[in-house]
Amino acid sequence: MTAGTGASGAAGPAGSPADRAAVLADAARAGDRRALARLLTAVENHTPLAEHALRRLYPQAGHAHLVGITGPPGAGKSTLVAALIAELRARGRTVAVVAVDPSSPITGGALLGDRVRMQSYAADDGVFIRSMASRGHAGGLAATSTTAAVVFDAAGFDVVLLETVGTGQSEVEVAAAADTTVVLEAPEMGDEVQAIKAGLLEVADIVVVNKGDRPGAQRTAAQLRAMLSGGGEHSRSKRPEILVATAVTGEGVPELLAALDRHRAAATLGEAPAARRARAAAQVRAVLVERLWDRLAGPVLAEVTAQTLDAVARHDTDPYAAADALLAALARQELPQEAS
Amino acid sequence: MTNRPLKVLIAKPGLDGHDRGAKVLARGLRDEGFEVVYTGLRQTADMIVTAALQEDVDVVGLSILSGAHMTLVPKVCAQLRDRGLGDVLVTVGGIIPDDDLEPLRLAGVAGVFGPGTTIREVADFLRAHATPRDA
Repeated sequence: MTAGTGASGAAGPAGSPADRAAVLADAARAGDRRALARLLTAVENHTPLAEHALRRLYPQAGHAHLVGITGPPGAGKSTLVAALIAELRARGRTVAVVAVDPSSPITGGALLGDRVRMQSYAADDGVFIRSMASRGHAGGLAATSTTAAVVFDAAGFDVVLLETVGTGQSEVEVAAAADTTVVLEAPEMGDEVQAIKAGLLEVADIVVVNKGDRPGAQRTAAQLRAMLSGGGEHSRSKRPEILVATAVTGEGVPELLAALDRHRAAATLGEAPAARRARAAAQVRAVLVERLWDRLAGPVLAEVTAQTLDAVARHDTDPYAAADALLAALARQELPQEAS
Repeated sequence: MTNRPLKVLIAKPGLDGHDRGAKVLARGLRDEGFEVVYTGLRQTADMIVTAALQEDVDVVGLSILSGAHMTLVPKVCAQLRDRGLGDVLVTVGGIIPDDDLEPLRLAGVAGVFGPGTTIREVADFLRAHATPRDA
């Protein structure tokens, strides 16, 4: 590492991961953008430093508005994100963007092109854009996108925009990662039956029909309104606001921001904790699974684990019995070790 | 953990509007297993360096066909160093006269790729010379 700027330079190879994590985390919170970028890399790569940093940062997070932006490829997600950045900056709010594009299932490579639409904000210190490759994760985000959002949140950004890969009908993961989920549609993408299918539209808090200057935009919005507003008194489905916008010109974007603020205000008053609680559960579950696997693959249990998996592979035992056996092995490990 | 793909920023500085080469290279490096960030046309040095910093890339590849490389490239290299990114590998692609190679090297460019370079050559060079981030 060269003679770097400030704390991020000081957090070079020297020092334990915990020490370096503390230095980087504090620097990122103090506004050091390079330290922030380094932390995000650690998060993406699951390094030991990332865990230390997150433990330090998590209590500082929870203030940002996490907004998910999703929709089919070419609907205008990146363009809308750029328009939202402009609108938020005009109101003096800081914005971080996590923009996910797919990784190749064949080579592991990725072309991350979302910045093309956002580069005019590159020199604004109130904006931080990070592209992420999905790295084999299938839900529309990268496996580490939610964690990256925590880092941005703790670093003090007012709004974190999570832009998914171009999605189909069922990549609903973003709804768990965000406080408010915006689903983008392009005009004339389908009939009314498309609008009542289960999946993506169900998790929308706000639906934006983008490309509002195209013929059919208003009609698409009207169809969506008709089909999504119903559901009856006891329906558990959301009743999203349906807006029309033209991201390229910025038309409809102030209205979108107003809708985002309304949704957030409503969420903070009422059922809010539900979304955050679900996110907490997902985060803890992910770590729990990881920790369980680590212990099963660890020195004490590696052999038992391997034997059990082999038995399942040979069809000598079934996955359910194998899981129970491994849980029992873990529980025995919890007991005092004299017997072994 | 350690086999993270190398992350490369492909940028077109200045006013030159010919980005077919940059796009072909971006796609080719994708196929070689790199994570490639493409930023589009008409980038200032400040925009390129900010993108490199935010994305925490291992490599910045500058594509220039306008002949302005002796102005633009040293500017990008200097800003990278100023902002603590002196360890990022910088390469240049385009039509670069032989006389300019040494000054570019002194400015901080690790490799220059002219017409006829294959994607594989670029990929091999980057793998051999870039230092992967491991925060």
